[in-house]
Amino acid sequence: MATVALPLRDAQPRTSLWREATRRFVKHRLAMVGLVLLATMAVAVVAGPLVYRVPIDAIDFKAKLKAPSWAHPMGTDDLGQDVLARMLYGGRISLAVGIISMLIAITLGVLIGAIAGQLGGSADHVLMRITDLFLSLPGLPLLLLIVYLFRDSLRKFLGPELGVFILIVAVIGGLRWMTVARLVRAQFLSLREKEFVEAARGLGARPVRQVWRHILPNAMGPVIVAATIDVAAAIIAESSLSFLGLGFPPDIPSWGRILFDAKDNLDFAPHWALFPGAAIFLTVLSINYMGDGLRDALDPRKVLGGK
Amino acid sequence: MSKYVIRQVLILIPVLLGISLVLFTILAMAPGDPFEELATNPNVPPEVRANLRAKFGLDDPIAVRYLRWFVSMMKGDWGFSFVSRVDVDTLILQRLPTSLFILGSALVLGVIIALPIGTMSALRPYSLFDQIATTFAFIGFSLPTFFTGLVFILVFSIWLDWLPFIYRADISATGWRWYWEQLRQSIMPIAVLGLFQGATLTRFMRSAVLDVIRLDYVNTARAKGLSEKTTVVKHVVRNALIPVVTLLALQVPGIFGGAIITEQIFRVPGIGSLLINSILANDTPVVMAVTFVYSALVVLSNLVADILYGWLDPRISYR
Repeated sequence: MATVALPLRDAQPRTSLWREATRRFVKHRLAMVGLVLLATMAVAVVAGPLVYRVPIDAIDFKAKLKAPSWAHPMGTDDLGQDVLARMLYGGRISLAVGIISMLIAITLGVLIGAIAGQLGGSADHVLMRITDLFLSLPGLPLLLLIVYLFRDSLRKFLGPELGVFILIVAVIGGLRWMTVARLVRAQFLSLREKEFVEAARGLGARPVRQVWRHILPNAMGPVIVAATIDVAAAIIAESSLSFLGLGFPPDIPSWGRILFDAKDNLDFAPHWALFPGAAIFLTVLSINYMGDGLRDALDPRKVLGGK
Repeated sequence: MSKYVIRQVLILIPVLLGISLVLFTILAMAPGDPFEELATNPNVPPEVRANLRAKFGLDDPIAVRYLRWFVSMMKGDWGFSFVSRVDVDTLILQRLPTSLFILGSALVLGVIIALPIGTMSALRPYSLFDQIATTFAFIGFSLPTFFTGLVFILVFSIWLDWLPFIYRADISATGWRWYWEQLRQSIMPIAVLGLFQGATLTRFMRSAVLDVIRLDYVNTARAKGLSEKTTVVKHVVRNALIPVVTLLALQVPGIFGGAIITEQIFRVPGIGSLLINSILANDTPVVMAVTFVYSALVVLSNLVADILYGWLDPRISYR
């Protein structure tokens, strides 16, 4: 640990470690570009609809498939609906799906990895076999199968919007926890034997406290990186589903859904497809660059050695 | 080596069993009943429905149903497509070669791009070439296939009018002309998938070579006077491929996802578009069977990866 060498009196181990990581992250130029880009887009989709007050479903056949103009900065679609308004609204959906799926995946992954790493023995063996099994499931086909089999009944119970949303985030999150589980387990196996955990054990800390106070915080580095990348992967998964026509319905225009509607009009209205496509691409690119920066920033070897 | 291969094949059996169990559980948990329509039809008396249910074994215990389902899946008896009015296995066998052709070519393209570029990047890290290659690789794997596909269609089919954007299984031409048409229509789907693969693989390859190149045996190879080419090809690349193969095997499910989307964009008549169309047409037997085929393909490619692994690193196969 970085703090071992510091004098004990003014050692504030966690802050300095995190401050060091922040410093390294800020120095990663592309990660900062990604952060700024992503923050801009997040602000735009959260605050945008409050400022840009064009309804997403105002049909105007006189202005259909128009290229971008002052009246419609991103043009219009085949029903004359304003693409910018739909993009801003859809961004909320896409980002929300990305973040919530990531939270589900991370929670499951940390839980399973921690149980496997802490208990060891046969529990570990069984959990890891299950992880391997999930890793060899075909992601998108299975996603499609589950959405296909369950969407109607969930729609009946929870309404079209909430039902589809919950189904999509649950399934995406439920099929993406495996890498995190493996990472966390590996961290647990090595951290469990470290001196500071042994010290805590020797001082009589209960297993829950050992895990919660000592092991888990130190295992979070790679998990944070994986979480970042997972947001991007979840956004792509949702967009793929919607792009195949099996995600959100047309009245919930997530970016993938807009692309799906636009793809058959490429020859006379390319703008309609290019804006949502570019939005997905830029979001994913920013998130991936941030993940890269975080990986450098949180790599304990680098934090220890300095550059 | 043959012992190792046999062991890897035997490991497949529990994996396949596990996957089939997952699929069956999903199917069994799904609400809805194949005879639901009959229930609402007043002309069908309840006794007939009960007989039909008994005939298809829907009232049997779940374990029996699973066993029967698994055995028939294994025997290739995959049921009858409601929509196409043909056996599901005929339908899939018609379409599988096209899918495998596109997937295989894309993978080859990806490897052809990734091995030299990744290796060259790592041999001169932070050089101009490396920076350009790394940036492109980063952009490449952040570009979702559905967007690249649309952009390709927009540029090469609509603006430049060079390539057809619909893949046709029934090209009327013969001889050289057939190959030419086949090539023209395959370029875009293969490029979309292959470039994505290439970008991902380049990153893997670069970091794997960077790890290997510092090792002592590389210095030894250089010190004993081997040419740079031999050192790189025989000592660096071969060893760097070991982690790359593992990572590639983990990527396989994702590759199939990209393939489904690509098939759908270019209307390639493969099993991916079959899956989507069957879902849209509520053709459950086909949907189940295609998902099962994809699972089997994932498992098979993991087997290939394991065997390659044993070949690249002979120590593993003697363990």
